Amino acid sequence: MADLHPENPYAEDRFADPEKKLAFSPEAREKLEWILSRYPTRMAALLPVLHLSQEIWGWISPEVVLLVADELELSPATVFGVVTFYNMYNQKPVGKYFLQVCTNLSCMVREAYDIYDHLHEKLGVAPGEITGDGRFSFTEVECLGSCGTAPVVQVNNDYHEQMTVAKLDELMGRLK
Amino acid sequence: MEPLRILSANWDKPNSASIATYLESGGYEAAKKALAMTPDQITQEVKDSEMRGRGGAGFPTGMKWSFVPKNAPKPTWLLCNADESEPGTFKDREIIEKDPHLLIEGMIISAFAIGSNPMGYIYIRGEFHFGATVLDKALEEAREKGFLGKNIFGSGFDFDITVHRGAGAYICGEETGLIESLEGKRGQPRVKPPFPAVVGVFGGPTVVNNVETIACVPLIIKNGAEWFKSFGIPKNTGPKLYCVSGQVNKPGVYEFPMDITLRELIYDHCGGILNGRKLKAVIPGGASAPMLTADEIDIQLTFDALMKAGSMLGSAGIIVLDESTCIVDAVWRLSKFFAHESCGQCTPCREGTNWMESVLDRIERGEGRQHDHDLLLDMADNIGGKSLCALGDAAIGPVISSIQKFRSEYEYHFEHKSCLPGTKRYRRLDMPVGSH
Repeated sequence: MADLHPENPYAEDRFADPEKKLAFSPEAREKLEWILSRYPTRMAALLPVLHLSQEIWGWISPEVVLLVADELELSPATVFGVVTFYNMYNQKPVGKYFLQVCTNLSCMVREAYDIYDHLHEKLGVAPGEITGDGRFSFTEVECLGSCGTAPVVQVNNDYHEQMTVAKLDELMGRLK
Repeated sequence: MEPLRILSANWDKPNSASIATYLESGGYEAAKKALAMTPDQITQEVKDSEMRGRGGAGFPTGMKWSFVPKNAPKPTWLLCNADESEPGTFKDREIIEKDPHLLIEGMIISAFAIGSNPMGYIYIRGEFHFGATVLDKALEEAREKGFLGKNIFGSGFDFDITVHRGAGAYICGEETGLIESLEGKRGQPRVKPPFPAVVGVFGGPTVVNNVETIACVPLIIKNGAEWFKSFGIPKNTGPKLYCVSGQVNKPGVYEFPMDITLRELIYDHCGGILNGRKLKAVIPGGASAPMLTADEIDIQLTFDALMKAGSMLGSAGIIVLDESTCIVDAVWRLSKFFAHESCGQCTPCREGTNWMESVLDRIERGEGRQHDHDLLLDMADNIGGKSLCALGDAAIGPVISSIQKFRSEYEYHFEHKSCLPGTKRYRRLDMPVGSH
């Protein structure tokens, strides 16, 4: 068998741990039932159910893939294929605050790369890695549709617009 | 030319997203009027208005609706495309966050006109978390008032809307990619034909309309097709939202009739170029649109005029670049975007976009080879028109136009291994790119 490089999608940690079985809480199940009631097929609920799962567990682990596949009567491969296709499903854990810097053209000409480079140096981790205290991770993203108020940094679900390095430092000081 | 306040009429009001504000300005009157008309009358009115879709392709909306077969064996669906992912475009977000009821009213009317089954979807890009929250709240308000649900306005028409969040994929703004994604799959575009109007989502006839397009529908019903046509020029009618970003003093969303010129918009309304610098290039219709030079901005911002000039109005995302920006760097950034967003289905686009990005990157690194621009044009020739959807064609737009219009700047990079003096590369070459 070929070497399992950490970036190889077939690396061992891509397989679910049989010891770890996940389940939706009653409240989450209620949301899931509501989602299912809005679509004519179970498969169509896949994207919203993955969003729901990520809200609960923070990322889409192999165990989540199995759970969602089971719930929606899909193969794990189908679910995994969808997870890897879309950017927003985290395929590994992210920091408590996940900073996503848009560097597309409109943000770039408004100095978005200064913010990106600053984060890189300030946090001392590579994009996608989490800081030692678990608070932050960051990455560069494609256009967030906030070009008129560029540059924009998305922190978890929220947009922070017309950002500067100084404003970002001030914001991060408040994120405990 | 004075800015319009039609689509944007409610934006500056306090609590503009609430149903109370919307009702005060005559909200849901158009839906009431429409549901007393026949679907054919509504479609005819929209046809007569000559409205063209605001999402990018500029296809006449009324005609799109009329392609839906009557008495199809499977239910008909209305989908609203709120995936707004074209770099430089941020107009739909304003409508969603500031006047969601205009969109909801438009959907009720459109759904009735195409004979939609009792559920419609707003496919909103996943990053617009706040917008999705605003829409959910507005939908709840509309249900409480009986504007959504069973037997709306006593017409016998049942309709409800679900907000469906995407998960970060530009390609889902392409209508068949959107349909695949809504069905719970990877958002890879379908082979056409069959067109969505015949076989779309869940196998039924499907109409996919952009947010701004649907938001215009209540205005057409309320004021009539002739009123709508009084804005702009023939075949390019109506009030239009223009998104201006980049190196201008006052970026933002501006509403004008479709005959405003690019020069007027940039210099009279957006406060001209940042720091008094000179204009270098304008991308008039989102990242996919071929760029225009500073000499080409005396052009009306219409679908037809821009097409004649070899570019396109697209989603009206106008990105302004000034003389201090290195054009190769700007084009590299757009190519990186397309390479990242290519869905991977068609070889010319999947391989070509990545290859174009790496050639542009090596030019920026001073490792460009003498004929790299010709190589890029050759690649573009092998991508354009050779994939299922328009992403490949979009990706070559900025590359071809920049080489045609700024060829000497490319050549400077080859000879001097650096950017043109006085121009800037924004990224640091020693930094890794994001992990996404």
